[in-house]
Amino acid sequence: MTASNNVGDWLDIGPMSQISPGNARTLPVRGGEEIAIFHTLDNHFYALVNKCPHKQGPLSQGIVHGNVVACPLHNWNISLRTGEALGGDEGCVPTIPLKVDAGRIFLLRDAVIPSRAARKAA
Amino acid sequence: MEFQDGIGTVADNEEGIFTPQRDVREHLVVVGNGMAGCRAVEELLARDAGRYRVTIFGAEPYVNYNRIMLSPVLAGEKTFDDIIINGRQWYDDNDIELIVGDPVTAIHRAAKTVSSRSGRTVGYDRLLIATGSDPFIIPVPGNDLPGVISFRDMKDVDTMLAAAADGGSAVVIGGGLLGLEAAHGLTLRGMKVTVIHLMPTLMERQLDEASGWLLKSALEGRGQTILTGADTAGIYGEGKVEGVRLKDGREIPASLVVMAVGIRPSVALARDAGLDIGRGVKVDDHMVTSDPAILAVGECVEHDGNVYGLVAPLWDMCRSLADGLTDRHTGYRGSVTSTKLKVAGLDVFSAGDFSGGDGCEDIVLRDAARGVYKRVIVKGDRLVGAVLYGDTADGGWYFDLLKKGEDVGAIRDLLIFGQAFASGGGQADPKEAVAALSDDAEVCGCNGVSKGQVLACIEAGNGTLDAVRATCKASASCGSCTGLVETLLAATLGDDYSGERATRTVCKCTSFGHDDVRREIAAQGMKSIPEVMHKLHWSTPDGCSSCRPALNYYLLCALPGEYRDDQQSRFVNERMHANIQKDGTYSVVPRMWGGLTNPRELRAIADVVEKYHAPMVKVTGGQRLDIFGIRKEDLPAVWADLNAAGMVSGHAYGKSLRTVKTCVGSEWCRFGTQDSTGLGVRIERMTWGSWMPHKFKIAASGCPRNCAEATIKDFGVVCVDSGYELHVGGNGGIHVRATDLLCKVATEQEALDYCAAFIQLYREEARYLERTAPWIERVGVDYVKSRIVDDAEGREALRARFLFSQSFSQEDPWASRAAGKDAELHQHLAEVRPMEFAA
Repeated sequence: MTASNNVGDWLDIGPMSQISPGNARTLPVRGGEEIAIFHTLDNHFYALVNKCPHKQGPLSQGIVHGNVVACPLHNWNISLRTGEALGGDEGCVPTIPLKVDAGRIFLLRDAVIPSRAARKAA
Repeated sequence: MEFQDGIGTVADNEEGIFTPQRDVREHLVVVGNGMAGCRAVEELLARDAGRYRVTIFGAEPYVNYNRIMLSPVLAGEKTFDDIIINGRQWYDDNDIELIVGDPVTAIHRAAKTVSSRSGRTVGYDRLLIATGSDPFIIPVPGNDLPGVISFRDMKDVDTMLAAAADGGSAVVIGGGLLGLEAAHGLTLRGMKVTVIHLMPTLMERQLDEASGWLLKSALEGRGQTILTGADTAGIYGEGKVEGVRLKDGREIPASLVVMAVGIRPSVALARDAGLDIGRGVKVDDHMVTSDPAILAVGECVEHDGNVYGLVAPLWDMCRSLADGLTDRHTGYRGSVTSTKLKVAGLDVFSAGDFSGGDGCEDIVLRDAARGVYKRVIVKGDRLVGAVLYGDTADGGWYFDLLKKGEDVGAIRDLLIFGQAFASGGGQADPKEAVAALSDDAEVCGCNGVSKGQVLACIEAGNGTLDAVRATCKASASCGSCTGLVETLLAATLGDDYSGERATRTVCKCTSFGHDDVRREIAAQGMKSIPEVMHKLHWSTPDGCSSCRPALNYYLLCALPGEYRDDQQSRFVNERMHANIQKDGTYSVVPRMWGGLTNPRELRAIADVVEKYHAPMVKVTGGQRLDIFGIRKEDLPAVWADLNAAGMVSGHAYGKSLRTVKTCVGSEWCRFGTQDSTGLGVRIERMTWGSWMPHKFKIAASGCPRNCAEATIKDFGVVCVDSGYELHVGGNGGIHVRATDLLCKVATEQEALDYCAAFIQLYREEARYLERTAPWIERVGVDYVKSRIVDDAEGREALRARFLFSQSFSQEDPWASRAAGKDAELHQHLAEVRPMEFAA
C-alpha cells in the first residue's frame, strides 16, 4: 500500500459502518472504473476495481469468505488483498490503497481519480 | 426389525432345533448372541466354514446387533435396523441355528448339555460362553423402582424413548462414556438431564482433569446439569421413580433414572457350572476355560489378570479363539488399549498412563478458542501416555509410538504438534502422515484393524470405502477413522480412487460429506453457520462460496421459523432477488400463477419496461415474462411498481420453487380431462417461496398429450380420465431425463398432498445443488415410492412439515425491499465526480 500521511492525498468516503461485515458496496467514478469496497467477516476493509479479470463480473456482488471474494458470474476466487485470481485461474484486478482512520474509510485519491490523460481518452 | 416376542426362534425349521439332525460335525453351542459371540462365529466361518455345526442362544429377542451403536439409536441418528450386524439371512446362509429370547440357565458339564429357561436341553461338543457383562446397579434404596433402568440393551433404549416422549426430567447416574452417551441422547430427545458422577472429573479413567473439565463445560453448554463429586444416597418415589437424593441432602426430581456406573463380567452361569472364576471367567491364550470343552470370549472373561470392556480386545480374542478352534495356535497375548471416542459429538482420545508419577513429564498444548487440548506424557525418551480433546487426529500415531516404545527424544520438541510436524518437513499433509504410519499401526481402534490389513483389503480389490468397511471392518463401527481409511484408499489407488462413497465432502473446507453435516446439525442441535463450522472443525475461518450457501440451506430446512437466513451466504441472485446478467444488470420475473395473467399485470409490466428503459422483455420457458437490463439501484422501485399491480417475486433466481407450468385443461381444451390450469395454480399457491436444495420446476398437463411437458419436470402431473398421474425426477437440462412415474391418485387433493410430501422429502434428504433427477438416480425411485406412496403416515408427516415450513417462507421478498429493507444492497456508497465532470 502506498504510504502517505498527507491528509489531502486521501479521499474520505464515509463511515465504515456503511458496509456491514461480509458485504461490499460500490463507488462509481465518473470517467473511471467503479470501485468495490469490501468489509470482511474478520473486520478488514479492501478496495478493488469492481470488475472480475475474467468476464468483468461485478465483484461487489460476490460471496466474501476469508479475504477472498467469489465472482458472482463464474465463481472465480479473487484475492481482496492483491486482486489476483486464485486457484487455477489467472488474472488480476487493480487494488486501491485503503485506510481506516477514526471509523472512516479513506481511499488513496490518485488511485481513485484517473489521470487527466486517461479521462480525456474516456 | 427382526424381532419376535418372548420365546421364539428365528430359524424356520422348528423341529430341526430340538432333535439334532444326523450331522457328524462337532456341535458348537454359543451362549450369547451379542458382539463377541457372533464375531467369534464369524472368525470361525472365515477360517473353516463347514467344520462345526453351530447353535447360538440369545437372551434378547433380536438378531445380532451392534451394542456400541445403541447411543446413536437413542439420539435418533440411527434406527435399530441400521445397527444390525448380522440379519436373519446371515444365520440362514451359514446354517446357524439361532434361539432368541431364551437365555441359557445351566451348563451340565458331565452330560455336555445346556438347558434354557424355557426348558430346552441341547447337547454340545464345544461350548462358547459369550455372556458379556451385566450393568452394575448401585445398592441404594429405591434402585428397583419402576423407571430405574440401565443402558445396556435395546429394551433400555425403548424405555428411555418412551420416557422421553413424555418429556420431563431424567437423572443419569455415572459420568463415564455410557452415562454421557445416555445423557446426550436423552437431551436430544428433549428431556432435562442431570448427570450425577461420584468422581470429581468426568470419564476419569479416560480423561485427565483438564480435558474432563472441557468436556463438562461443553456438555453444560448444551443444557445438561453435571454434578461431579456427587454421591447418591437413594432413589425416592411412590410406586415409581420420582427423583434422586444425594448424600448432601440435595434432591433432584426425575421421572427416569439411568444407572450407568459400570459393568461387571457376567459370570453367574460359568460359576454355577464350577468353572474357575476370577473377576471374569478365567481363560488361557486360546480362550479355553478350566474345562477344555468350554471356551469363553469377550467382556465376561479374565485373561492374564485383565478384564476388558472395550471392543478392540474383544476382536483380538475372537481371532485367537477361532485360530484355536481350527488348529492354528496363535494365542492371545492381551491387548494394549486406547480410547478414541466421540462423546456426545465431542472428540476425545486417551491412551496409556496419564496419571503422572515419578520421572513423567507433561507436554501440553491448549487452544481455547478452538476447544483443543493435547497432552502427551513422556518418561525418559519414551511416550507413556496421551490425552487429546477436541482434535484427535494424531491419536493413532501417539498410540503407535506408545505401543512400540519408540525413542521420541529426537522429536520431543515437535511431538505435541502431531505427526505431520514431528515427522519432519512441517508439512501438514495428512497423506504424508498416513504414509508414514507403519504397517502394524492401528487404524481402526473399534475393530482392531491395522494399516497393513486395510492396505491388503484395498489391494484385494475393495476400492471403495463401503467395500473396505464390509470386508475388513475398518471404520465400520464408530466411523471416527473414516478419514484415515479414505486417505489409504486414495494413496493406494491414486487416480483410480474416485472417492466414491455415500459422502463426498461438501467442499475443501471440511472432511464431512453433505449427509454427515445434516445429520450432525440435527444431532447436535446446531443453530448457526459459525456453530457448524466450529463444531465440525471447518479448516477455514468462514467457509467458502460452496459451503456457506449449503450450510445456510441445511439450517433453514432444519429450523423453519427459527433460523435467521444469512444474506452473506446467499448467491447474488438470492440476495438480490433477481437474476444477474453478464453485464451486471438484473432480470426481473414477476410471478404469474400457473402461467395465467391479466390486463392489469400486463400493463404494469409494460409500464416497468418503458419506465426503466428495459432493453428487452421475453417470454420464458416456464410461462412467465422476463424483464431484462434492470440496474441494482432500480430494483426496489421496479418491485414497488409490480407489487402495486398485485404481483410478487417469481423466484426465477432461486434454489427454490420456480414455476408451475400448465396447459388449459378441461376448461377450454377439447381433449382436457381435468382442470390442469386450476390445479397448477393451486400447486403454485401451495409451494411458492419454498427454498430447496436446487431449483424445482413443476408442470400440470390436462391430458396425456402433455402440452405442459410435465414429464421433464421435477414434479409433473398428467391428468387422465380416472385421475392424476404423478411423475417425479424429470429434467430438461444438460442431461435430459424423463420422469419416473411415482403413482396415480384419484383426487386433486391427493395430487396436492403427494406433491407437498415429495418436495419435503427432497428438501430434507437431497444434497445441496442436487436436482431431483440425480437425487432419484442415487436413492432409487423405489425408495421414493416407499416413503411417499407406501407409507401413508410418513407421507402425511412430510406434508405437514412442508406446510409448517411454508407458513414462514411465503412472504414476498420484493415487498420488504420495496419498503426500504436492506437498502444498502442496492445503493452506491457515493459517487466520485472529478472537477470537470461536476454538473
